[in-house]
Formats: sequence, C-alpha cells, structure tokens
Amino acid sequence: MNRRPEVWLVLALFVLSTSAGDVLMAKAMGLIGDLGKIREREGTFGAIRRIFVSGWFWLAVTAMASSFFSLLTALNWADLSFVGPASSALTFILNTFAGKFYLKEQVTGRRWLAAALVCVGVFFISR
Amino acid sequence: MTPKKYLILFAITVFSTVGDLFLKKGMNQAEIISLVHPWVLLYALANPWIIFGVLILCCFFAAYISSLSWADLTYVMPATAFGYVLTALTSAVFLHEHVSASRWTGVLLISMAVGFVTRGPAKTVPPPEISVEAE
Repeated sequence: MNRRPEVWLVLALFVLSTSAGDVLMAKAMGLIGDLGKIREREGTFGAIRRIFVSGWFWLAVTAMASSFFSLLTALNWADLSFVGPASSALTFILNTFAGKFYLKEQVTGRRWLAAALVCVGVFFISR
Repeated sequence: MTPKKYLILFAITVFSTVGDLFLKKGMNQAEIISLVHPWVLLYALANPWIIFGVLILCCFFAAYISSLSWADLTYVMPATAFGYVLTALTSAVFLHEHVSASRWTGVLLISMAVGFVTRGPAKTVPPPEISVEAE
C-alpha cells in the first residue's frame, strides 16, 4: 500500500472537510428543527423549502462536496480498509469536541465513552 | 425515540457502508489520479459504480439530515457506527473472508458503544420554535 505524503495530505483534507460538513449540517438542522414535525405542519415541500433557504445548509453541502472529492482521491490512492478507519476515528474525535464546544451539546460521560469505544474499536478492526 | 427513528439510524448505517463500497469499486477501476492532473477525478464520475455509489449516498444524505433534525451530532455519530460491524459481518458471511480475533474485538467494542449511546437521550439542545425561519 502506498503511504506517500500526498496520501496523508488528502486524508487530512478529508477529515477536516468531513468534520466541518457534519458540524455545519448539525447546526443547520438544529436551527431548522424536527423535519417530521415540520412536514406534518407544512408538508414535504415546506420541509424541503426550509432546508434549502438555510445558509448553514449550503455551507455544509460545500464542505461535504470537498469531503466527497477528497474521499474519491484517497480511495484511488489507498485501501478502503486504511482510509475508512483512519479517517473515521479522527473525525469522531473532532466532531465530539465540536459538538461540545461549538454546538453546545451536552456530551455526557456516556457519549464520551461511546466515542472512545468506537475509536478503539475502529483501531482493532483496521489491524 | 420511536421505531421509525431507529429505522432511520439503521438506514444511515446501511447506505453509508454500501455507498462507500461502491465508490471504492469504482475508484479501483479509475485511472490513477495525480496532483498534476486532478481533473481525471471528474472522469471517474462517469463510472457506473461511482454513479450507483452516489445514488446510494444521496439516500444516506436524506436519512442523515433527517436524523440531525431530531438528534445531536454526538448521538448520531456513535449510534450509526454499526456500519463497521456490518462490514465485518458481511465480509465473513458473504465474502467468506477471515475475520481475525482483533476484528471481532473491534466489532464487540463498537456494538457496546452503540448500545451505550442509544440508551441515552437523542437531543440535549432545545429545538427552536418551528415558526422561526432558519438562518
């Protein structure tokens, strides 16, 4: 497997853009509210309209598009068994911190433990 | 949490796992991408496996944004980590690949994480009034 510097660079880009996309999308959907309830009140098109007028949604989509293209490049250069676990574990850690400090979610001991178990689990699966 | 919401979390897991597998299959067939000729990446978008992968990831995207409208990011992430378990199980059952003790340990740890987090509350940030327009 090729692990040249470009692989690490594109992996870093993938992790950062994935994390940014996740956090911005969580921010957008948190501001919009429960889509199920909106759909009951305003119908499917009403729910879609609320999503499409959100600036945070389009910022998230931009970050996710960067994430998608960096993933394609990473998959072209390295194995899925390396790209998947390596990026997921890092994204998990970044997202958990962003959830607590930026999105102001109550990251309880249960959630920290779950995030840590997933990271360790991903490490074991990728060995 | 209603059964429908658990179903959405399960759909996220399945769609992301299958979508990534399809993308990998497509990118294996694509030319090697170099930093000098990055536009080769655009040609890869015409590959059928990539097209199927993108369609499946669109389904993932719909389920994912729906889940984020009623659950925290720090809840959705571990709750949908079951995809790693799914990959290991399908590799063992359908592809007859050898799954080592280390991999089963990973499967056990991730399953425990999913169990831990899904027993807690899904949303800790108070939702906005529905009448409030999104930014």
